[in-house]
Amino acid sequence: MAETITLETIDYVSILAKLKLTPEETEQARGDMQKLLDYVEKLNELDTDGVEPMTHLFPYGNVFREDTVTNQEARTEMLANAPKTKDGQYLVPKTIE
Amino acid sequence: MTQKTIAATALSREIREHKRSVRETALETLKNIQTLDVSVGAFLTVLPEEELLAKADAIQKKIDDGTLTGPLAGVPVAVKDNICTKNLRTTCASKILETFVPPYSATAVEQLEAAGALIVGKTNMDEFAMGSTTETSAFLQTRNPWNLEHVPGGSSGGSCAAVAAKEVPLALGSDTGGSIRQPSAFCGVTGIKPTYGTVSRYGLIAYASSLDQIGPVAQNVSDCAALLEAIAGHDPKDATSLQRQDCQFSAACVQDVKGMKIGIPEAYLQEGLDEDIREAILKAADTFRALGAQVETFPLPLTEYAIPAYYLIASAEASSNLARFDGVKYGYRAPEGEGLHEMYKRSRSQGFGPEVKRRIMLGSFVLSAGYYDAYYLKALRTRALIRESYTKAFRTYDLLLAPAYPTTAPKLGVSLEDPLKMYLGDIHTVSVNLAGLPAISVPCGFDRQGLPIGMQLIGDAFAEKTLIRAAYTFEQAADVLAAAPAGKED
Repeated sequence: MAETITLETIDYVSILAKLKLTPEETEQARGDMQKLLDYVEKLNELDTDGVEPMTHLFPYGNVFREDTVTNQEARTEMLANAPKTKDGQYLVPKTIE
Repeated sequence: MTQKTIAATALSREIREHKRSVRETALETLKNIQTLDVSVGAFLTVLPEEELLAKADAIQKKIDDGTLTGPLAGVPVAVKDNICTKNLRTTCASKILETFVPPYSATAVEQLEAAGALIVGKTNMDEFAMGSTTETSAFLQTRNPWNLEHVPGGSSGGSCAAVAAKEVPLALGSDTGGSIRQPSAFCGVTGIKPTYGTVSRYGLIAYASSLDQIGPVAQNVSDCAALLEAIAGHDPKDATSLQRQDCQFSAACVQDVKGMKIGIPEAYLQEGLDEDIREAILKAADTFRALGAQVETFPLPLTEYAIPAYYLIASAEASSNLARFDGVKYGYRAPEGEGLHEMYKRSRSQGFGPEVKRRIMLGSFVLSAGYYDAYYLKALRTRALIRESYTKAFRTYDLLLAPAYPTTAPKLGVSLEDPLKMYLGDIHTVSVNLAGLPAISVPCGFDRQGLPIGMQLIGDAFAEKTLIRAAYTFEQAADVLAAAPAGKED
């Protein structure tokens, strides 16, 4: 059996995910996640002992390049996408009381 | 539902021979979109006429002075809305990016422009490419041009529908778990998912970075090859981009499959596959045999583990990639509550749709302390085994033949009810992404409802040319679309 997903688990995961779920969404998320985890349980049929987790498809090694500026100044265009700006900077709600 | 237009490479020949102008072509395209897109709904954004014509004239000038000589010069192209286009709104079909105007273009877009292609607009998709029907778009319902009551597939549903309806001859899509191949199959068009690393991901808004690839969608194989050739290549801005020297894909459009060894994975013909599709695949196998290829079925192990591994890996990567949408630098910000964290949470909760939230939640869970090994690492180990099973298969076979999807396009409004059931449909496509392989989806018939059936040819890493050669040979021999059910083609 897969891990049992409780409403507390969903509350905890929603903190990690930075999502605020309504009580209905929380219940829905619990059911959905339980169903998915029960399904992916299938992977435990497979013996993967000694198999290296595959993080890259091809053996890249480290990819280096010179740290040179190639783009143009685009402050105005960048800031134009921000929901709120002040004095040419991003504006966020108060973070420290 | 369709317009008679000529294919891209033929169109550009006419332009280069001065039989038509780029401006004329641009105006025709706009007219096509205005007429057809009311019912198809493929586009989220179309370039304003004035801007489009200015670009068309600039391209014309470069054709006339001999700067642009390639097969895409003057050809209209649509771009999926998760690929950044400078000064042209790019939304990922999500409320959270509804107003986002990128200050830069994706490398693939820059390459298209350098080749003289005319970008006409941005196409609808499943929100952040998460979905199989284009129904998770926050903005628009795209319909299948072959039957407006059916979905176009997804997540590149807008790109494939736009090409199928002949609003445009070419489009860019992206494929993380089948998002080019499946809608291509549903819409009766041709689409390629390249080997991972072949096309730069710079400027592609990331869903699952280790699986995502941009690829071409077109009306035929040679157009697909030309488009892929234009966008392939090494890019220092994408650290996973490969140095390939073998990207002359158009030259691979040769009619010859003699002696080619093609394997059909047995598991892909088993339960759950529509009978009409099984027949179409077996008929395609016969066509290949008649053309001189050897075709046989063989047991490809581990196919049933691809979907669970895929959804764990894709969701994990998505939860991390989508952390950047927090209402600060771009996109939607909720009317402020109390403090920074509350603003993050509200913006994300109001900005993302249900499918995106579901995957972020799953991804956050499987990456969390205590579950990382059991779920995420287990999936990565499974991924290595799946890759190995393909590597072994390609010691015997040049290509694999498979369906692109177990069904033809479902009706609108039925797929989102049961997410797990929708995920299970991806059985024929996701392992290609897990293994980083190239694959092409080509029309191979019609079901009894008159909906297109697509077959998939899967190649070993870097074997795009073999894929293209086989697909081209099949297309020329079978001429599937010429046998379209009455009422479709005009």
